[in-house]
Amino acid sequence: MPPHTFQLNGEQVSVDVEDDVRLLWVLRDLLKVTGPKYGCGINVCKACTSHINGKAFNPCSVQVKDIQPTDEVTTIEGLADTVKTDLHPMQQAWVDNDVAQCGYCQPGQIMAAVAKVKQCRAEGRAIDDDAIEELRNICRCGTYNRIREAIKAGAENM
Amino acid sequence: MPNHRATTTRSRPRREHTSTFGRSDLSRRRFLGYVVAGTTLVAAAEFTRETVFDATPSASAFAVPSAPQTPEVYDLLDVIRDSARPTANLIRIKVNRDNTVSFALPRSDNGQGIITSTQMIIAEEMGLDPDQVVVTLADARPELVFNQLTGGSSTTFSTFTPIRVAAALAQGRLLDAASAELRQDRDVLSSRQGLITGPNGASLPFGELTTKAAAPVTQAVEVVLKEREKFTIIGKPRTKSDALAMVTGKKKFTTDLQIAGALPTVLCRAPDLNGFPRAVANLDAVRTMPGITDVVKVDGGVAVRGNTFGQCIDAVNALEVTWAKGTVHGADDDSVLNELRAAELPLVAPKLPGSLEGDFVFYFRSNSSLETNCAIADVREGRATIWGPSKSPIAAQAEIAKKLGIPQNAVTFHVQEGGGSFGRKLFFDAAEEAALVSQAMGKPVKLMWTRSDDSRQGRTHPMATCRIRANVTADAVTSFEIRHTSVATEVNPGLSEAITAAATKAPGGNLTVSESIFETTQVTPYNFGASTRFLNEVDMGFNTSSMRNIYSPDVATARELMVDQIAAKLGKDPYEFRSEFAKQARWKAVLDRVAQEADWGRSMPDGTAQGIGLHVEYKGAAACVVELDCRPATVNRKIRQARTGPRVTKVTYVVDVGLVINPRGLEGQMMGGINDALAMTLTSSLHLDDGHFVEASWDNYFYTRQWNTPPEMNIVIMDSDAPEPGGAGEFGIAATCGAIACAYARATGTVPTYFPLDHKDPLPFTPYPTSPPVPPSPTNGLQTTF
Repeated sequence: MPPHTFQLNGEQVSVDVEDDVRLLWVLRDLLKVTGPKYGCGINVCKACTSHINGKAFNPCSVQVKDIQPTDEVTTIEGLADTVKTDLHPMQQAWVDNDVAQCGYCQPGQIMAAVAKVKQCRAEGRAIDDDAIEELRNICRCGTYNRIREAIKAGAENM
Repeated sequence: MPNHRATTTRSRPRREHTSTFGRSDLSRRRFLGYVVAGTTLVAAAEFTRETVFDATPSASAFAVPSAPQTPEVYDLLDVIRDSARPTANLIRIKVNRDNTVSFALPRSDNGQGIITSTQMIIAEEMGLDPDQVVVTLADARPELVFNQLTGGSSTTFSTFTPIRVAAALAQGRLLDAASAELRQDRDVLSSRQGLITGPNGASLPFGELTTKAAAPVTQAVEVVLKEREKFTIIGKPRTKSDALAMVTGKKKFTTDLQIAGALPTVLCRAPDLNGFPRAVANLDAVRTMPGITDVVKVDGGVAVRGNTFGQCIDAVNALEVTWAKGTVHGADDDSVLNELRAAELPLVAPKLPGSLEGDFVFYFRSNSSLETNCAIADVREGRATIWGPSKSPIAAQAEIAKKLGIPQNAVTFHVQEGGGSFGRKLFFDAAEEAALVSQAMGKPVKLMWTRSDDSRQGRTHPMATCRIRANVTADAVTSFEIRHTSVATEVNPGLSEAITAAATKAPGGNLTVSESIFETTQVTPYNFGASTRFLNEVDMGFNTSSMRNIYSPDVATARELMVDQIAAKLGKDPYEFRSEFAKQARWKAVLDRVAQEADWGRSMPDGTAQGIGLHVEYKGAAACVVELDCRPATVNRKIRQARTGPRVTKVTYVVDVGLVINPRGLEGQMMGGINDALAMTLTSSLHLDDGHFVEASWDNYFYTRQWNTPPEMNIVIMDSDAPEPGGAGEFGIAATCGAIACAYARATGTVPTYFPLDHKDPLPFTPYPTSPPVPPSPTNGLQTTF
């Protein structure tokens, strides 16, 4: 099997696995990084949302062979380190607002929220309800309204 | 400023009634607890019967009083608690040498927050900080019989008092031990954060006292509970104890666990609902696919075990299987509806010229949580160990033992925190499957259902019809009949034993399980003269279960639509009519409050409207006002692969659940229920076609998303004098469903006759094929970054 190497949460990792295995399973089943969750496997529920080179992406829909050695993959486990604090401001906002119920979708929600705030900033847009409604992450516990408040609060401290 | 909140600064309506019923000085009543023999302190407790229900009727000049209905005197919460009574003295609190207090909660937490609220209850009674209380989920404990079941919004109601009794007893023993050690009278000691201190400043921690407080032989002890007026933790908002773990990815769900040798395992399932494999043409070829270790045919499909779930899914899709027909082969929505129509019970009140009638259809809905069905099983050498979420682990343990052909005590079931349940985890389909697959392979397995499995072969909220006839005179309602006809709701063995064992206690007794649940949950909360509510169920071979309640959301939708029609016929405003005809003062109080909070009756643009709904259950009452926008610009807005349609722009929700343990958690439960109600009423349903459900993923099944959720939400928790908590987990839904349906009728002038409202609209997606069974993962994920 061909070895694949990339940067994961600040460390260079390599893994021997077939080219076409999706990155989600490489992370979860082989590297045991379980923050990104399976919810659909076809890039619609967004529970696996992580960052590649600082942008939100869904590893369920990326073959491991398409990840380059210099690519920086960040999962929820590595988010705080990107700002060199114990908690990223978005994670802190999530705790402050007691957002999570079962918590299964929340790593993906937080990773998507951080990327959405950065995207809006880059495009000169406000972090308002319209921007938040572009997020497709499903929360089956239905805690959407607290997610909205947390995104707005977290954005203020980013 | 948050637009939803647990309290309000607005002036409140005058309290029209103060409850005295049920306030029988509970706090001073003496309870019997047990100190269990051991080397450290273990306190246990048993139940006593308390009543919190407020049965004081309200007066109305015109309303024809209805006789009390079963739920008014004895509801499902009572059934579940009474069934739990005989063994509840096995609930134990342990004081550890490391100064912590531990309690294994015999319930299942799937996000409801009951671990946090249990910490609060114990901490309150023992003067601790909730962080000092370690609450875990208990393994399956068959000796608990009925008392390890999570359902019907019953957890806090049924565990509140026994947990307090055990905690109070433990606290008393520790004070006694400290009194002896410090040579001080017990009354002068103070206990705070696990440290007992005397007037001279000398102190002893719980951890040092636990040995001295222990009992050499088990003994019964009388205890008195803390007075409610002295509560400092119960009733104060508290963030969930695992909030930090959840936002950092550290919280472990079942498929996150690393159990030695338990490799990913997926089943290849039939195109038909509940079809099963006859033959597999290429077992050996699939066994040689990359990463695959095992492929075996089992009852429900063909199991594939491998190094990654992705490789298992590829192998599943490569299998060539001949399938037997499923349990509903060839059936579709129309054929199921025809069978339901044939089974409908007659309405018996005479149909008069002034009768109002309604006939509503509710289509199948999926109770799939975001975490799909999953379990880890290690079945080797006549023993089985299972890890998985389960709301009925004793039944799971028994059933798995039976299927494996081993004794029940050879099965260990470690209950894991689940990623959502909504009724799904009352069943243990995945645990049973994992056990059988592990046995067949002789290896540990981490079995997970794919999303398409969960959507197509998982459990559904049953299709149902609800018919109502009301006879109305010039100023009153003389009869109100409800006939609910449903595809049979499966009630799992653990719940059914509990329900049937206790059901004979209900007036009328000897009902079937489903009839018992219907009879003990459904109440028509208005003085509508002769009021009857009957259920008939038809078993058609579907996999069904509750979905944050079984009947209430649908019955409430039908009932509240009819209430609006009755009000219109009598020339009354929908709110004022409900307030006048509400049977009890406590129910009228939530209506009055919601009308005030929501600014009921405010001027609304054409094509938009307010709607109001009332629902009574779980020892409480809830009222909801929504504002719904049905204008074309809103209804027709386009979002890729999504349902839009009418939008709920504002929700005001007032709930009285009795004593509130954690208002922040309660508000979260209401919020989730409200978003569920949007989905059930407006957007989310399964379509049955040719023996299978069409929907295979989330962009097929339209649960509420950010673009559907109400921009404004105001949740108000009523102050209550009730001495005990009621139920919360399912309480946000029914009143909201009724309010949305009524708002739609008022905004459009059309009373809807089926739900969800968009069920017959063209599907905004192309259905995935049923064979191969799992939609392949895309490869273009680097093109959709943002």
